[in-house]
Amino acid sequence: MLIKKPDDIASSEITDKRVYFNRREFIETALGVAGAAAVLPSLLLPGSAQAGTRLAGVRPASTKAPFGTDEERTPYEDVTRYNNFYEFGVEKEDPALMSKNFRTKPWTVTIEGEVNKPAVYQLEDFIKPHTLEERIYRLRCVEAWSMVIPWVGIPLADIIKRLEPTSKAKYVEFTTLHDPAQMPGQRRAVLKWPYVEGLRMDEAMNPLAILAVGLYGETLPNQNGAPLRLVVPWKYGFKNIKSIVKIRFVEKQPITAWMAAGPSEYGFYANVNPEVNHPRWSQARERRIGEFLKRKTLMFNGYADQVGHMYAAMDLNKYF
Amino acid sequence: MRPWILTSTFNMTQQEWIERVVKPALFIVCLIPLALMAWDAFNNQLGANPIEKIMRRTGDWTLRFLLITLTITPARQLLNLPWLIKLRRMLGLFAFFYALLHFTNYIWLDQYFDVDEIIKDVIKRKYITVGFICFLMLIPLAITSTNNMVKRLGGKRWQKLHKSVYAIAIGGVIHYLWLVKKDLSEPLIYAALLAVLLGYRIWQHQRKKSPQTTQSTMSPAQSG
Repeated sequence: MLIKKPDDIASSEITDKRVYFNRREFIETALGVAGAAAVLPSLLLPGSAQAGTRLAGVRPASTKAPFGTDEERTPYEDVTRYNNFYEFGVEKEDPALMSKNFRTKPWTVTIEGEVNKPAVYQLEDFIKPHTLEERIYRLRCVEAWSMVIPWVGIPLADIIKRLEPTSKAKYVEFTTLHDPAQMPGQRRAVLKWPYVEGLRMDEAMNPLAILAVGLYGETLPNQNGAPLRLVVPWKYGFKNIKSIVKIRFVEKQPITAWMAAGPSEYGFYANVNPEVNHPRWSQARERRIGEFLKRKTLMFNGYADQVGHMYAAMDLNKYF
Repeated sequence: MRPWILTSTFNMTQQEWIERVVKPALFIVCLIPLALMAWDAFNNQLGANPIEKIMRRTGDWTLRFLLITLTITPARQLLNLPWLIKLRRMLGLFAFFYALLHFTNYIWLDQYFDVDEIIKDVIKRKYITVGFICFLMLIPLAITSTNNMVKRLGGKRWQKLHKSVYAIAIGGVIHYLWLVKKDLSEPLIYAALLAVLLGYRIWQHQRKKSPQTTQSTMSPAQSG
């Protein structure tokens, strides 16, 4: 039976950027401004680092948990100018400045390991069979700040099903592009390049996990991990690997970039957990970008109902 | 006719020149980092996380002023500019001033007086422990920076107390080293500069100990 859960019904109350511009267009038309003038505002917006091409055919997000939220979204300017992307420098402002000329076309994604359909895909072909969906997720960085971001992407589970992993595939390993000529941060051994991340198979199949190609209805800006990145909102930000070129299905738990850099600080799971102490930052609270007072950090970043069962039998102090 | 300001400038003794021109100018220069922060704050240029930005900048300037203060003694000896000593107190006090801003930013804007969290932070996070201790150690130095206090303490005791600035500077650099998540290059630059400045003093100390070179006696405010 096709009975939609109320959660799945897209709310009309949401005002995303697209609707906002449509409304502006509507107002301008209503005021008798020529239709051509309607496109002007987006061209004239000063200094807004618009990376994107508008993505077509995106299924709008719900405002209801877990795939959406009615929390205020972090402004586009903050989402695109305050980034941790060490491939382009270690300061928050670096990625936006240093990734301007990063080439994301052509882009290939290599699928290998324990999978029935190993292949090298052109990004377009990799994405094409799927419908793009908008998801509004909280993003919680291990550095105790957070954002709310409207992503556009594809459920990772749909992609994995299509690729047909074998029964030996227990983990999924993701790798970022390694290209020091284009990624100046990689010229210094700040981390072990290329950046590697991983998920347990059930985590990768969780409906919350997506591979994102856009945000705010447009293709991903380079500094946000263009053209393809992982988004797993119940984990700390660094799990959300950017500019992915390889997805490998493996039997053994991968060693991720941050595990290699600081095994006592960064675990494989890296689930948002206010109760697990971190030597550098208290994880009990976080500063939502744009807010003054810190707010309490929620277990699994507020996605406990969707992901808690995967860790029910685990000691989260040990598997942090 | 020459303008009076030039006339008076030319007629000044070195002492007057330092007091009336160099010190006020330096005072204003030392306020520039604060002015830039205020300007950026006013123009919304502190980025997406302004509190973190203020934390970084005030911390950077605390360390810089500490190192500049520690540069005075070697500079006046090596460059033969004994009058530089007259600027040291102000520079040291500016180090304290930026440390105070750094500390206030942490207590007020960052933690918003959440005493529980602050205590936990100071105990659990070793870089905050070190930073907190260094800040506390700076307070007596600031308090005893007046001429009156030098007299009341007596030269020897004052000097002994103010030697703790070496420990504070080391602590400050360690505070920075420990808080950085990865990429230690910036804190290591501070560490290298501090090593040079402290190394100079060790070298001087060794020289003093050898019998042929006896140093002339200095007033407490002049030895470093």
